[in-house]
Amino acid sequence: MIASAYAVPSVLVFVTSALLILIGALGVISVRNPVHAALCLIMTLFGVAVAFVAQSADFLAAVQIIVYAGAIVVLFLFVIMFLGVDQRAHIHFEPLVGQRAFAGVGVAITVAGLIALMARSHWVTGAVSVSSKLSNGSGNVKELGTAVFTTYLFAFEATSALLVIAVVGAVLLARRERSTTSEEAPQ
Amino acid sequence: MNWLASADPLFVHGVTFAVLVIVVVKVVLAFALLMTSVILMIWFERKLISDMQSRIGPQRWGPFGLLQTLADGLKLMLKEDLIPSEADRTVFKLAPFLVLVPAFVTFGLVPIGGTLTIAGHTVLLEVANPPMGILLLLAMSGISVYGVMLAGWSSGSKYPLLSSVRASAQMISYEAALGMSIVTVVLVTGSLSVHDIVDSQSQGIWHWNLIRLGIVPFVVFVIAITAELNRPPFDVVEAESELVGGFHTEYSSFRFAIFFLAEYMNTITMSAIIVTLFLGGPAGWVPNIAHLRWIFPIVWFLLKTVGFAFCYIWFRASLPRFRYDQLMDLGWKRLIPLSLGWMLIVAGFLVAKGWGFIMAAVVLLSYSVLARAFSLGQTREVGADAVLPIVGQRPLPGQVLREHTDEAGD
Repeated sequence: MIASAYAVPSVLVFVTSALLILIGALGVISVRNPVHAALCLIMTLFGVAVAFVAQSADFLAAVQIIVYAGAIVVLFLFVIMFLGVDQRAHIHFEPLVGQRAFAGVGVAITVAGLIALMARSHWVTGAVSVSSKLSNGSGNVKELGTAVFTTYLFAFEATSALLVIAVVGAVLLARRERSTTSEEAPQ
Repeated sequence: MNWLASADPLFVHGVTFAVLVIVVVKVVLAFALLMTSVILMIWFERKLISDMQSRIGPQRWGPFGLLQTLADGLKLMLKEDLIPSEADRTVFKLAPFLVLVPAFVTFGLVPIGGTLTIAGHTVLLEVANPPMGILLLLAMSGISVYGVMLAGWSSGSKYPLLSSVRASAQMISYEAALGMSIVTVVLVTGSLSVHDIVDSQSQGIWHWNLIRLGIVPFVVFVIAITAELNRPPFDVVEAESELVGGFHTEYSSFRFAIFFLAEYMNTITMSAIIVTLFLGGPAGWVPNIAHLRWIFPIVWFLLKTVGFAFCYIWFRASLPRFRYDQLMDLGWKRLIPLSLGWMLIVAGFLVAKGWGFIMAAVVLLSYSVLARAFSLGQTREVGADAVLPIVGQRPLPGQVLREHTDEAGD
């Protein structure tokens, strides 16, 4: 069913991106060294970008790389290097007793649910995108911009306000005035 | 297949064998051009700096010492390839390639000429023209941070680690100003494709983005890209007097050669990107000579690029290195507000003249508020842990962390 719905190149692209995503994601949780885990995360993000390109969402693919791989994971690595946590990542005890067993059960339920959904519903349509085709050759920035600044304007502005609040809060926490610190300081 | 053709006229008749050959030839030619120009660029830099410092410079190998770089490259390949015992071996081997690949990919986006007709196929003189081309440039400059960061970290040595921490902070800081000045170009072009950006500037010198956008985005872009390249005067990442050699201190032999190659490749590519975005790329005066008209855009492009390569070398020879805090001040307090404000003004003028002036007034007002905030921030008394003690008494980040965690434990 799947083979007849897709052309060979798009199947190849899908398999490649899916492998990148899965291997990277498994690496993030299984690798001991935090820097290696961050590298695996970059691999996953690249896989997602490839998947976006395959869905002809070029702009999202580029933004995925610029924002997530180019800035956020760099900041992760920056913090890992700055604090030097990469040498002592030895966890000797489990904070929650029996968490591995619970995790196994949770994974099994999720995977079974996904397989059941895929078997019973009509998700495999063969169409590249479920919504209408965005790309008209000149990229899909115009459509995306129109959607963000008209239909979803409130959500967009709310998100930006949320981010500004987070930044202001971080600055407030990091920089304390003398009047408050002099009372707290033990000397 | 029509979306392929709209990006590149080469694919109008579908992907045939001839088209495939043309694409492969284009890639190989671009690679050869970049490698040759790296060899020439290194020679050019050494010769020019020698001239500016009243020295002779390389002169032994080849005419005018042109083959000196080849000799150096051969020497590097024959040297012993050392990997420090403390190094993270996998990442140590991976890092040079993470620097090299983005340098290549970025050059693939640059149109080095107009179009050429070969056997009925219209060929764009650039490796690829993706619809979100200029975003790919930003993505690649984001990725190239990893090479520098991971090289420094994986060496397992303190100076490279310091260098990589500096590199990541510096490159992230200047990325914002870089992106914002690119956005002004995209706004006025109305397209993200590099080919469209060049096309929109082709009607003469008054249509070049350098003049059309005012000089400000150009200046911001050149400063930010110099910082992204870690070239002097922003080379705190590999400051010899502070950090030995910076992130590539522990590298030797061919791995070091790759870093060296990538650095010069990036310098050339970024000169080419400046020309593409702000100086019309291959635009210029074309005399009406049959069969030779396609050569002149390439010549114009090369001339402009060499001009910027000259500027980079000039910067290196004449400007002292920025201190690290000055570098951060320039990036965050000057360039980012400047490029953001200018972007708003350009956007306003694109809508209507009235909106442009309103935007300019708003931007000026917010600049004065910002200036007041900066002056307040410099004079105001802040908490004890907001001001770092003198360098000699400053505790290392690890110590600070331990103190804080110990306090929390009590």
